[in-house]
Amino acid sequence: MSTTVAFPPFVNRKSFIELDARSRAQSLMDPGSWRELVGPFERIESPWLPEQGIAPQSDDGCVVLKGSIAGKPAVVIALEGGFQAGSMGEVSGSKMTTALDLAARDSQNGTKTTAVLLLETGGVRLQEANLGLAAIAEVIASLLVLRQHAPIITVVAGTVGCFGGMSLVAGLSSYIIMTPEARLGLNGAEVIEQESGIEEFDSSDRALIWAITGGEQRVAMGVADELVVDDMRKIAAAVQKYIQVGLPRVHRSEQVDLYRARIAALDASKQFGPLSLRQSWNEKANQGGAR
Amino acid sequence: MNAQVGLRGRAWFQALTGKNSAMDGDPGSVLTADAELGNESARFLCVVPSGQGRFPCARRGEVGLEEAYSLAMRVREVIGQDENNRKRPIIAIVDVKSQAYGRREETAAIFLAAAAAADAYASARMKGHPVIALVVGQAISGGFLTHGYQANRILAFDDSGVIIHAMHKEAAARITLRSVADLERLGHEIAPMSYDIRDYARLGLLHKLLHVENPDNPSKATLAQVQKELIDAIADARAGSTDLRNHFSSEGARQMRLAGLAARRHMEEEWITP
Repeated sequence: MSTTVAFPPFVNRKSFIELDARSRAQSLMDPGSWRELVGPFERIESPWLPEQGIAPQSDDGCVVLKGSIAGKPAVVIALEGGFQAGSMGEVSGSKMTTALDLAARDSQNGTKTTAVLLLETGGVRLQEANLGLAAIAEVIASLLVLRQHAPIITVVAGTVGCFGGMSLVAGLSSYIIMTPEARLGLNGAEVIEQESGIEEFDSSDRALIWAITGGEQRVAMGVADELVVDDMRKIAAAVQKYIQVGLPRVHRSEQVDLYRARIAALDASKQFGPLSLRQSWNEKANQGGAR
Repeated sequence: MNAQVGLRGRAWFQALTGKNSAMDGDPGSVLTADAELGNESARFLCVVPSGQGRFPCARRGEVGLEEAYSLAMRVREVIGQDENNRKRPIIAIVDVKSQAYGRREETAAIFLAAAAAADAYASARMKGHPVIALVVGQAISGGFLTHGYQANRILAFDDSGVIIHAMHKEAAARITLRSVADLERLGHEIAPMSYDIRDYARLGLLHKLLHVENPDNPSKATLAQVQKELIDAIADARAGSTDLRNHFSSEGARQMRLAGLAARRHMEEEWITP
């Protein structure tokens, strides 16, 4: 005689967050369709880290896979949060920029190639400071060329999150997919506490951090597109959905008048509550402001 | 930190445009004006400190929410106005401390505001507007990404008051667990970490380093010199591409960015041939 044992759903869930950057990228592409470009065996490493007594990594923390997703040409660019907090250096920046440039070239020549960015990053790699900052400016420039032809889909799954200059890259994307574990913001709580004081931001207050920068809030206030639980299949399905949708009518970062008006309407004399912001921005969205 | 951040930006905005106030409806921290440059009109933009600003963490020359969206709006205004005309040059006068570090800013998604400004500058460049960044003081981190780094050509003064960097010294030292002295020593050995504008110039990202007399208080002769350099940079931008490929093709890049250029070369080959 058999008995049925009820497992909670998460038992059968395959975690995306627990995968490294390479496995994450692979999990999103059509099986057998992809190959890795400038992989670790080519050993193009940061020349700046060893000079500072820091071990480099053979892929510089950036994995680029070219292949297809749901049958459509795509390039997945994944940052490895486990290496120098996914920070952008000379090599990782160059890999991302070049992949975007080549996807744009293919798209201009008729093969529309979507870019999927898996961003787990603190922003500029401070050990390569000015080359990291320049790399982010270059990623932005190349992303905006590709975005004229094919959508850019950013996934922030966690646990590093997406911060610093790379948060601009997320902001320029066509679509942002987040998990509840993920965070997205320009400045991390530690940096704000350091620069503006603990009364401005207590970086030990994790509830506050997630209330402001967490995936649930970012999606609810309309600055990210989809909240997905940490499940490989669900994240892959969300990516496929946006590839099918294609380019949005207008990109969020082009909606300057809408957001300028929203900022003008805020009472800046005090801190504003994340929940009230959700409500007021969504009301406006329902009045036809959303894209 | 230099207490004078933003004063130099204002001085140069005033010298180049003859104006010293924000446009109607803009915060006091964003100065925008159209002014003659050579035989055409150009749009000048500058972020300056404004003690009266609505947002407390953006009163000392940082790029905050209002600053970023105002820059985006004023740049997009030029794109719209010149849709069917000769594309006006856009000059970003850069003297920015950083992005604004505040809770209000994060709550209201300053990352999107910064993205909107970078988007506007890059869109202008892609549409054929010559976009020139004139770095007269500090150009730090998110402040520079938001205001200036999407330029076709970057000019900077050869002066110790000019700093282009990913993070100001004290904060970078804390985060990388080093002393400020160690950081300064490393800067002399490792060019991308240096706070010295002459080391930055070696990276091949600058169009030109300008030697100017008394940059805090420009004389008529210095103003004329900088105007001529801007006109030359505009002509050079118009003659070149509308992307940032000059970052990689410069003499400096060929010497200092060997690893990055190798990654690019490999990927270009592998993209086509498995």
